[in-house]
Amino acid sequence: MSLRAGIVLFPGTNRERDMAIALAKVSGGREPVMIWHKETSLPPLDLIVLPGGFSHGDYLRCGAMAAQSPVMRAVRDFAEAGGHVLGVCNGFQILTEAGMLPGALLRNAGLRFLGQDHSMRVEQTDSIYTSGYAQGQIIRVVLAHGDGNYFADTATLDRLEGEGQVAFRYASPSGEVSDATNPNGSQRGIAGIISANRRVLGLMPHPEDYVDPLMGGEDGLPMFAGIVQGLAA
Amino acid sequence: MKAIVTVMLKPGVLDPQGRAIGHALETLGFDGIGDVRAGKIIELELAETDAGKAKAAAEAMADKLLANTVIESYRVEVV
Repeated sequence: MSLRAGIVLFPGTNRERDMAIALAKVSGGREPVMIWHKETSLPPLDLIVLPGGFSHGDYLRCGAMAAQSPVMRAVRDFAEAGGHVLGVCNGFQILTEAGMLPGALLRNAGLRFLGQDHSMRVEQTDSIYTSGYAQGQIIRVVLAHGDGNYFADTATLDRLEGEGQVAFRYASPSGEVSDATNPNGSQRGIAGIISANRRVLGLMPHPEDYVDPLMGGEDGLPMFAGIVQGLAA
Repeated sequence: MKAIVTVMLKPGVLDPQGRAIGHALETLGFDGIGDVRAGKIIELELAETDAGKAKAAAEAMADKLLANTVIESYRVEVV
């Protein structure tokens, strides 16, 4: 099975290789194409990934400058035409700054940069990203962010909940969700949200960090396997 | 002319940085400190000579890039 994936590079992106490894692993070794942020058109693709990092040095706000990059017009057109876009960590911040997902990512409530394992609960399974998991499944992921505190107004949060757009929530290893299991102050413990059409996913944790036993875990693998199953011809 | 754009987190949006500054001030012995909010100021040198147009331009810049109006509000002053 072969997936045509593209990874967008901004100045300061640093997680593109990990993402490429995860995508190649589930796609018969086919490497994703790397797309520089100054590009204005895209090759034919099944999936666009905005990977983690510190685009433009996190100046002004995380993702603010990247969201205005030339390539983002093409990424937005791709999504509006029904394309699949995955944003991880800084990629999630860019998607919110670009208005492609609602809400914003604020400074972690504890002000500390978090580089650690955490558990999250799968809240919905009707997307290519989440179909490989069971509803309510607890998976282990890696956090590596200073600004992962998800914020949206109450009406937006209620709408996201009502429409099943909360994809993942921070949880304890046994699956409880409470203030004690919330590492960064995110509203309602939200770790990731998905668009209404289930094609644009943004999440702060790094599923690409756990796709091989040598990495310490494989809990991220079902996400990438699901992407290939859903998209590869 | 110069436009000064002040960007602040909206009321109700948690400002952990402001809170940390408040705690530090209390540690230093300053009394009677209530809520502390931290924001940013962006100064723009503009070629425009009409104050009204300069303000409108700075507001457009704030809406598009300088502030994220989901979480922040801004104020423009032209000097």
